[in-house]
Amino acid sequence: MNINLTMIGQLIMFAMFTWFCMKFIWPPIVAAMDERKKRIESGLIAAERGLSEHKEAQQKAQEMLNQSKDQAAEIIANAGRQASTMVEDAKDVASQEADRIKAHAQAEIEQEANRARNKLKDQVSDLVMQGVNSVLAKEVDAKTHKDMLGKLSQTL
Amino acid sequence: MATGNELIASGDYIKHHLQNLTYGQNPDTGVWELAHTAQEAKDMGFMAFHLDTLGVSFVLGVFFLFFFYRIGKKMTADTPSGAQNFIESIIEFIDENVRGSFNGKNPMVAPLALTTFIWIILMNTMDLVPVDWLPYLAQQVGVFFGADPHHVFFKVVPTTDPNATFGMSIGIFFLILYYSIKEKGAGGFAAELLFHPFGKMMLPFNLFLEGVNLIAKPVSLALRLFGNMYAGEMIFILIALLPFWIQWSLSLPWAIFHILIVLLQAFIFMTLVIVYMDMAHQKDEH
Repeated sequence: MNINLTMIGQLIMFAMFTWFCMKFIWPPIVAAMDERKKRIESGLIAAERGLSEHKEAQQKAQEMLNQSKDQAAEIIANAGRQASTMVEDAKDVASQEADRIKAHAQAEIEQEANRARNKLKDQVSDLVMQGVNSVLAKEVDAKTHKDMLGKLSQTL
Repeated sequence: MATGNELIASGDYIKHHLQNLTYGQNPDTGVWELAHTAQEAKDMGFMAFHLDTLGVSFVLGVFFLFFFYRIGKKMTADTPSGAQNFIESIIEFIDENVRGSFNGKNPMVAPLALTTFIWIILMNTMDLVPVDWLPYLAQQVGVFFGADPHHVFFKVVPTTDPNATFGMSIGIFFLILYYSIKEKGAGGFAAELLFHPFGKMMLPFNLFLEGVNLIAKPVSLALRLFGNMYAGEMIFILIALLPFWIQWSLSLPWAIFHILIVLLQAFIFMTLVIVYMDMAHQKDEH
């Protein structure tokens, strides 16, 4: 346990070790650690930003979804309305057409009936004339009577 | 342990273990040589080196610097490797301590604290190597070179040599003086020694008080570390005197307890270094 030059040697060694540590060991390690700290910090900030962006995007998507749903509903409603008006229109057209056809048919029927009635009148008057002719062969001037009967048949 | 012979043998054993391998100038012949006995080593006085203390502490210091330097060179800010993690946790621990206790601005303090902490831990840890291994190895080497095995001393733990602890603490003392004068100015530092704590009227008393305070810093640093480690080593040596089959029952608990002392003493030394450096940097206290 003698105090001797060892002490000076240890002192020099200690100084050298400390100098080496200060020069070559401490700075690079601390620099790397600081850099990692910065990286982690920026990473966290980026993650936060990403999260908020994601939220925003989700909100936007939801909005768009809602909008398109509304639009779809509107389109469906429009389509239904249009369809019903088309049906109504078609009904109108159809009933008009039906009315027209009916009127036409009625007119035709009436015409035909008139024609038949007239024909019948002529035939009846002819028949009457024949009968009257055969009954009143002599007294009757065929021509005058025919006119008379014609006038009569006109009034029927 | 009953007979006198055994007592002498165990006394010799202890003394042998506590003797450094001394290389110095023989006062009688003036020749530089290895001391063969404790008395010879003592007679060499100041002109001698403890080769074991210097060698072991040098190897440990180089090991520490080499290890940290290699990892430091490969440092990456990406995912760290296991070794890098280990070193980073130490650095962070030191940095935290320095930031907590040291208020000045000096890029030297943190590396200084790191060096003291790791170096002292490594030197103290040599205490946990079984007490006879390295001395025995040294003896075999000595015998190989033709020395008498009884004259080959080897003290493994550098911090059980006051030369080592005083070497460090004197370095710290110089730093305290240097930074006190640099930060406070020679006048400021003198004023701190002369006019504190009792004002101008009590100048001699102040000087005495502050002088003791200043000198006590390196002395207490060195003696605390030395005393703790010396006592621990002593107990290991005493345990080694017991019959081999019972030794483990004492040496194991003591070794486990000693791990605590190893770390604690290194931590105390480092913390005090930081605190002393902080005191040296404080300008406007007065």
